[in-house]
Amino acid sequence: MNLKNWRLLTVFVLALSLIAAACGGDDEGGDFKAAFIMVAPVGDAGWNFMHNEGRLAAEENTGVETAFVDAIPEGGAEFDNAVQQFIDDGFDLIVGTSFGYQDSMLEFANNNPEVMFEHVSGYLMNDTNMGNTFGRMYQPRYIAGMAAGAATTSNRVGYVAAFPIPEVIRGINAFALGVARTNPDAVVEVAWTSTWFDPGVEGNFAQSLIDNGADVLTMHQDSTAPGQAITDAGGTFIGYHSDMSAQVDAYLTAPVWNWENRYTDIIEAAKDGNFAPESWWGGMADGVVDIEIPSSSAVAAEMQQIKDDIIAGTFDVWDQGTITAQDGTVIFEDGVIVNGWPDAFDEEATVGTPGEAINDGHLLGMNFFVSNVVGSLG
Amino acid sequence: MNEQTIIGLLVSVIEFGTLLYLAALGEMIAEKSGVLNLGVEGMMAMGGVSAFWVGVETGNPWLALVFAAVVVAIFASIHGVVSVAIGADQVVSGLALTILGLGLAAFLGEDLVFEAPRAAFANFELGPLADIPWLGETIFSMTLVSWLALALGGATWFVLNRTRAGLSLRAVGESAATADAAGTPVVRIRLIAVAIGGALAGMAGAYLTLKLAPGWSELSTAGRGWIAVALVIFGAWRPGRVLVGSVLFGGLLALEPRLQTFRCQPGQEGLCLGFEIDPIIVSMLPYILTIVVLILISIRARHRPSVAPAAIGQVYRREER
Repeated sequence: MNLKNWRLLTVFVLALSLIAAACGGDDEGGDFKAAFIMVAPVGDAGWNFMHNEGRLAAEENTGVETAFVDAIPEGGAEFDNAVQQFIDDGFDLIVGTSFGYQDSMLEFANNNPEVMFEHVSGYLMNDTNMGNTFGRMYQPRYIAGMAAGAATTSNRVGYVAAFPIPEVIRGINAFALGVARTNPDAVVEVAWTSTWFDPGVEGNFAQSLIDNGADVLTMHQDSTAPGQAITDAGGTFIGYHSDMSAQVDAYLTAPVWNWENRYTDIIEAAKDGNFAPESWWGGMADGVVDIEIPSSSAVAAEMQQIKDDIIAGTFDVWDQGTITAQDGTVIFEDGVIVNGWPDAFDEEATVGTPGEAINDGHLLGMNFFVSNVVGSLG
Repeated sequence: MNEQTIIGLLVSVIEFGTLLYLAALGEMIAEKSGVLNLGVEGMMAMGGVSAFWVGVETGNPWLALVFAAVVVAIFASIHGVVSVAIGADQVVSGLALTILGLGLAAFLGEDLVFEAPRAAFANFELGPLADIPWLGETIFSMTLVSWLALALGGATWFVLNRTRAGLSLRAVGESAATADAAGTPVVRIRLIAVAIGGALAGMAGAYLTLKLAPGWSELSTAGRGWIAVALVIFGAWRPGRVLVGSVLFGGLLALEPRLQTFRCQPGQEGLCLGFEIDPIIVSMLPYILTIVVLILISIRARHRPSVAPAAIGQVYRREER
């Protein structure tokens, strides 16, 4: 057999095995099954890793079979194919964990009433079979900011951030308010990397903030590269997503995600036929977000107090006196809005009417920096 | 903007430049022999994970570098065997190498994601030269890997242009049939060139996970391998120009964050940027520059012989001559 025939044979065998693979493994009906779809590899030590940890824990807690696919881009045919495949394979609950999935998920939910959908980090839902879930990460961010304010001696805290969207801006503001609480002289300098995950770029941005004088760094990214940069510079690192103490020597603490309880609850409810769509925005009281209080911090006791108060529901991060924007405009005062701010989704519009109390809608559309933040909104 | 921020920028240029130069030099050697290898991204990932693993186990970055070079030389030889010996399409085989490399590296490195780096390339202060202002803290304090990259660049130039082996390699890349007729072992030379290219990509991966961004996680190469492929074209297949390109592209990568942190801030002393450039534009520049250079090369090729190895991408089979 010559070379050409060999190659034809190889192609033929490959094609046959693909067809065989496509035919096998169909499972209609049967036991309750839950599927998870993630935007980046679960091996990223960040957002997706924590979702996978939550999935595995929920699987253990409920005994329900789960499956996942990762590295599925937002807003493309790949996502639609993944959802359709899970539906065809008889999955009863489908969880999507990236913001840009939500429009497509809602369409699938409306067209597949027998399947339940839960979307994480967005706001869309319906009345029958799709809810959404998120966490009030700003609560532990505030406490992390307190630690950063106490730790900095240069009075400059660096913040490596991915994209100027309300979720990230909200985290930066909460963090900066925490910094201001323990150190009114310190500023938080923000640099936007335009990527969720790229260790080389993240480390480079971290270094540029360090060169500007930062001796404490935190980040809203998926890699630990900023932690390595600040370790080399002899500073302090406040992580994000997960406990990064094993990887980063300069690690102090981190606001972390913990999806176990929420995923367990959703799966239990869906399995027992009690799935009720809601817009669930859990906080530290629910355990979906958390922060470990570092005993080495000079303000550990105060951090613990605030943590207890937040969990007890007696402390609101946004209702601590006056919040002034970067340009000097007073935004909040005594728990009500004094001035609205430009809408992140609609340049013509503003968010917040003077006199209104702060509500979740305001937080979801946050699009300004508080006064001790250095850097622009994109 | 002060002295420290400028030095930080230059250090960053050297770091990205070293990474890109190692990978691009390797790709250039393979292409000079007529084999296009689009597997650089996957090879770099394989190098990164191999080096990081050895670094964690032994604490020795140099052992890690050598290990990564050997592992990826073998890994690259998959492309060598498939595209040179068997004669499959180089583009397809190279892309497959990238996909395989990224997947395999992710699989092998699953347990390394939560490991702290235990080995790193240290800055090498070159005696009294390290005291020179500006240069001392940048070039004369860079790691030995950067010097190694420069040395390899020089060696590549020398071998390609001044030795018989280099002449054979170029001949194979220009016209395999002619070289074959002259008794040059086409397949063997191409296999060696691809393996050497792999070794260099592996070293680039080691530099990534043990210096530039210490740590391992999936996809941490983040497209740098593709920039290296573009760099070879940008550098017109010449070690010196590829070096210039590496510094230039490395400079763009280093500049990206500093367009933000060099911005004028209230109460800031010293120079600062009074305007804003979207960092996304800057991150596109390497590719835009490569397209511009491609156009220039193509225009020039109408009047003069092309700078690209003539046999690049062509499968050579003696019986089909």
